[in-house]
Formats: sequence, structure tokens, C-alpha cells
Amino acid sequence: MSQPLIEIKNLSAAINGKQILKGINLTVCPGEVHAIMGPNGSGKSTLGYVLAGRKGYDVTGGTVTYEGKDLLELPPEDRAREGVFLAFQYPVEIPGVNNTYFLRAAYNELRKHRQQEEVDAVDFLAIVKEKMKLLELPDAMLKRSVNEGFSGGEKKRNEIFQMAVLDPKLAILDETDSGLDIDALRIVAEGVNKLKRPDNAAIVITHYQRLLNYIVPDFVHVLFDGRLIKSGGKELALELEEKGYDWLIGKHGK
Amino acid sequence: MTATKPISDLSNHLAAGESFAASAAGPEWLRTLRRNGLAHFTELGFPTTKLEDWIYTPVTAITKLAFKPATAASAAATAVTAQQLTPFAFPGWTGSRLVFVNGHFAPALSTLPAPQPGVTLTNLAAAIASGDKLVEAHLSRHARVDESGFSALNTAFLVDGAFISLAPNALAAEPVHLLFLAVPSDSANTAQPRNLIVAGANSAAKIVEHYVSLGGAAHFTNAITEIVVGEGANIEHAKFQEENLEAFHIATVQATLARASRFLSHSISSGARLARHNINLVMTGPGVECVMNGLYAVGGKQLVDHHTVADHATPHCASHEFYHGILGGQSRGVFNGKIFVRKDAQKTDAKQTSRNLLLTDTAQVDTKPQLEILADDVKCTHGATVGQLNDEALFYCRTRGIAEVNARRLLTHAFASEIVNRITVEPVREHLEQVLWARLEELIEKK
Repeated sequence: MSQPLIEIKNLSAAINGKQILKGINLTVCPGEVHAIMGPNGSGKSTLGYVLAGRKGYDVTGGTVTYEGKDLLELPPEDRAREGVFLAFQYPVEIPGVNNTYFLRAAYNELRKHRQQEEVDAVDFLAIVKEKMKLLELPDAMLKRSVNEGFSGGEKKRNEIFQMAVLDPKLAILDETDSGLDIDALRIVAEGVNKLKRPDNAAIVITHYQRLLNYIVPDFVHVLFDGRLIKSGGKELALELEEKGYDWLIGKHGK
Repeated sequence: MTATKPISDLSNHLAAGESFAASAAGPEWLRTLRRNGLAHFTELGFPTTKLEDWIYTPVTAITKLAFKPATAASAAATAVTAQQLTPFAFPGWTGSRLVFVNGHFAPALSTLPAPQPGVTLTNLAAAIASGDKLVEAHLSRHARVDESGFSALNTAFLVDGAFISLAPNALAAEPVHLLFLAVPSDSANTAQPRNLIVAGANSAAKIVEHYVSLGGAAHFTNAITEIVVGEGANIEHAKFQEENLEAFHIATVQATLARASRFLSHSISSGARLARHNINLVMTGPGVECVMNGLYAVGGKQLVDHHTVADHATPHCASHEFYHGILGGQSRGVFNGKIFVRKDAQKTDAKQTSRNLLLTDTAQVDTKPQLEILADDVKCTHGATVGQLNDEALFYCRTRGIAEVNARRLLTHAFASEIVNRITVEPVREHLEQVLWARLEELIEKK
């Protein structure tokens, strides 16, 4: 087994003093896809936000080591520059900011961080066009404001499009499947699969097993009441689909 | 409005008005207008904060400024060179430009277009001298002389400004740039331009009214623009105020919109110590579609006030209003948006949004929708927000690698862009972007 990309140890976090994560342990190595499943309110999105560094999500214990560095010490932008990408469950609309302009600003931040030269609008367009084919996106989307007036499916595709361009080492997909019809789901999942490489990894947060028919995980974890209460292979997802969460939750109580 | 006893000393203004009325040339109807203006000013004086329309906007500093109205002679004697106008030129502009120095037309600095049939583009004094019947028919027939003491004062000194008329079906080939240059001096510190735009049926034009200063000395601009939009005509009117930070700017845009016309109004205000913009649109025939689009970006101790009126006097008209404010330092913003739906104005579609971004804890804005709806089958919505940048949007930018300070900058600019992008004349947008971006950088830095 290679060096872990990210090592989460006994991580707990609170929002407004309310404890949401109560000791998460998770190690992800390059080349792996981990699925985190669980009922609503179990802390799935909180985990994503804590890893991305959102204000108001206070870490109350534990450590997160990313490529040997203390991830929790870094501001959100530095985490992104180091290769952590969060695909939002509800992507934010930014009226007045052109989608391509925004993405180029982000792309150049990463390049600067790696001490590479910034790319100009012309070169960037070439990069972008290639990635757009991957997600079957219409050109018109490049000219619109970030997520403004996008349908739910377009917003999710735009997230994966950003991910394709920014090429992260660790992608955290927060309920990327919610709000997608079956065609959009297929396109998004195929996009994610094509981006998979031996040197990157993904944490796929989802409520339903459906997405995992397309993005096949190496590991499946069940999050409940702020803890990972069960881990297994991809067959665990199928078992959950069949039996629901109750049989597991029953064992753990609250 | 009850006559409130003027509190400030008007004697200088009145004496100047009397002497102007006695000496200024013009046909009898014009002299009557001026006398009427002076009479109203005598009665109204300057507005006080006791008046509801002026509650947040004290004008005492204007009344204390020595009143030295510019005359045609003093304006002509001002040595302004074309080069001094370079900062106010729109990039790549090929259209015409009429320049007014302290409210008086400066032909030597102006670039007039090639004559186009059906399009008259000149200054008001020349139009009056030539006996153009449209002037007499419309001048001071749309804007209320008693809207405030300021409009009365402007009318008392009515002499020059821009005059644009479009014959029915005339489509102005190029946009028009009206540049109002304030050049304050010991002998003249007050400009009172009066503009008249008369667009015949199915005509179209794009007009930019642009207010700037040379130098940093205090001055007072008191302007009125009357716009008459004929049936089916399509007019875009952009007003951009970037006067110096000692200036006082009071102005009214009054538009009368006939059946099935379209009117797009922009008001962009970044300059002046105190700026008050009245924008009054009256829809007099069905099927009118109008948009009021506005942006103010101020800092320091600036005060900027917009009072808008969408008067739905007839059915089936649409008015959509979008105002954004960006306030830094200890600045103050005022937005009062009145939507008036008269008794028979069924199927009115009126929408108003006022959004304000406060960059500091000491900036302040008072925003007030004012809806008077007397018809029952109408769609009227309004919304106002005052706040800081959206935390979610900031976080979203940061998760994409954009540092917080740059994310703030990006989102502030975007907030302004939403308004600027509605202007359809590209060189104007470019100029605004340059000027506003520089201003926003100052506001962000100084916060």
C-alpha cells in the first residue's frame, strides 16, 4: 500500500457548540475511491465542509494529515491550492462573474502556487473546451455567470467541470447525485471515472446507492451520528440499498 | 406638500435671480417660465430634512456655498483645452460629443455628428433662438417646477443645456455623449444645465449624460433633463456622475413615456460630496416597458440619494428597477423607490430591487420602497437588502483557490457589474469599468 493521501484521526467538529462529528477515522490512499453513506443529519456534509475549511465548523478534536501536512492549519484557499477540491451539494450562484473568468482565476491561483506561469484567456479556452466535451456541456455555459440561472443538473455538471479543469488530488463530492436525472447522473459519473488516476483519490458522499452503480468505490463507510459505524467493500452499498440503515443503526443506538 | 418656512437665507439667490430675470434674453414664454421658477423658489426655498422627501439628505452645505451662477460669458472665457477632456472620453468612441462648460455649450470643444435627416442635436439656447416649436411645446411641461426649491431654481436660471429631437421613425445613427464639465472659479461655481430630449413616434436613440469636474474645488450642479418618448420609440438614457468629492450635485430626470415605448434608464453615481438624483418616469399610454438601472459606489463622507418614481398611469405597462449600492468609509446612501399604480392601471407589472453592500461598519444606507397601488389586478414586487458580501459565495471562491481578499474584490466588482452590464453602449461600459474599478479598489483598500 502506498503512502496515505489523507489521514483523518479521531476528528470531531461542532457547529454553534453542537457536536456533529464525534471521532472520525478514515485513511485514503492514492488511487482509491471511498464512499461515505448515511442517513440525513448524520454529519456527511459537515465532514466535507470541515475538510474544505468552512468558517463556523469548529474542529474540537483530532487531526487531519494531508500529504504529510496538517490540513486543518491551512486556510480554505491553500487547501484548494494543495489539491483538495470540494464539489458542493448546493453550488453557489455568483451573479456578475463570468464562469470562464472565474475558473481561469482559480486555475491561475493553482499555477502560481506551483510556480508555473499563468495562462491567458486564449490558451485557457483551449484547455476548457477539451474538458467540456467530457461532460457534454454546451458552450453557452462558459459565457454565463457562475451557476446563475443554471438548472440543478447544470450546477452539478459545472462542479465536475471545475474539478476536471482544476485536476485535484483529492476530490470530495458532496451528494453530487442529488437532483440529477438518470442521464445527467451517468454523464457526471462517467466524467468522474475518466478523471480517476492512480495518483488521485475521491471521497464520494451520498445518501443513495444509485451513484455507486456508476462510480464504483473501493471502500464504503457508513456515517451515523458523527461516527463511521461500519466499513466494507462495494458490496456494503448494495446491502444498505436492500436493508436500509436501520439494522446498522439499531446495533449502535444513540 | 405644505409650504415650509425656508430656514436658510435666500437673499443672495433671490437677488441673483432677479438680476438674471431682468437681464437674460429670450422670448416672452421663456421669460415667463423663469419668473415662474423664481416665484416658486421664493416660496419653497431649499428643502429641509423636515420634508419627507429630504429626510435623510440635509442640504445646508449647499445653501452655505456662495452662490455664483455661471453665465454664458464666464463659461466662454474659461480656458479649457481639448486635452483636459481626455480622461472623460469613452475608449474608441466615434459618436458625437457635446461639451458644456458650467452648463453652457462649448462649441469649440464639441464634436458634432454628420447631419442626419430627422435628428437634431444642438444646444438648448440655439434651439430657442432658432424658434424650434418643440422647445416651447415641451420645455418645463414635464418636470414639475415645484418638485423642490432646486427645480424652481434651475427653471429661474433656465438658459442652456442639450437639445435633442428625433422626428418620427428617425433612428439616431450613433450614441450621443453629453459631457457636462464643471470648472469652478472665483466668479462661477454653479452650473444649472437644462436638457430637453423629444423623441418622435418609433424613433430611437442612445444618450449618455456625463457629469465631471476639472480640479478639486467645491461647486454646485443643479440639472434637469426632460425626456419625451413618443409612441413606440426606444430610448436608452445613461447618466453618469463622477464629479469631484467637494461637489454638490442635484438633478432630476423626468421622462414621459407614450404608448408602447421603451425606455432604459441608467444612473451611475460615484462622485460628489452630496448627490441627489430624482428619476421620475410617467407611463401615459399602455404597453410601455421601462427599466431603471442604478449603481452608486461611494466612500469617505459622501452622501448619495436616489429618489425614483415609476408612475403607472395606464394599464399594461411594465417597470423593472434594479439598484445596487456599494458604500465604504462613513458614507451614506439613500434609496427611495416609489411605484404608483393609478386606479385604472390594471395588468401593471412593476418590480423593484434595491441591494446594498456595506464595506465598513460606519457606512449606512436607508432604503425604502414606497408603493401606492390603486388598481386590483396588478403584479408588484419589491425587495431590499443591506449587508455584507455573501459568506457562502466567499467560501465557494476560496475552495477554488482564490484568496479571501481577492474573493472579496471579485464579488464586489461582480455586484457592480450586474448593473453596468445592462448598459448597451460598449465604450461607455468600458469607461465605467475603468473609473468604477479604480473607485472600488479605493473603497476596498480604505475600508
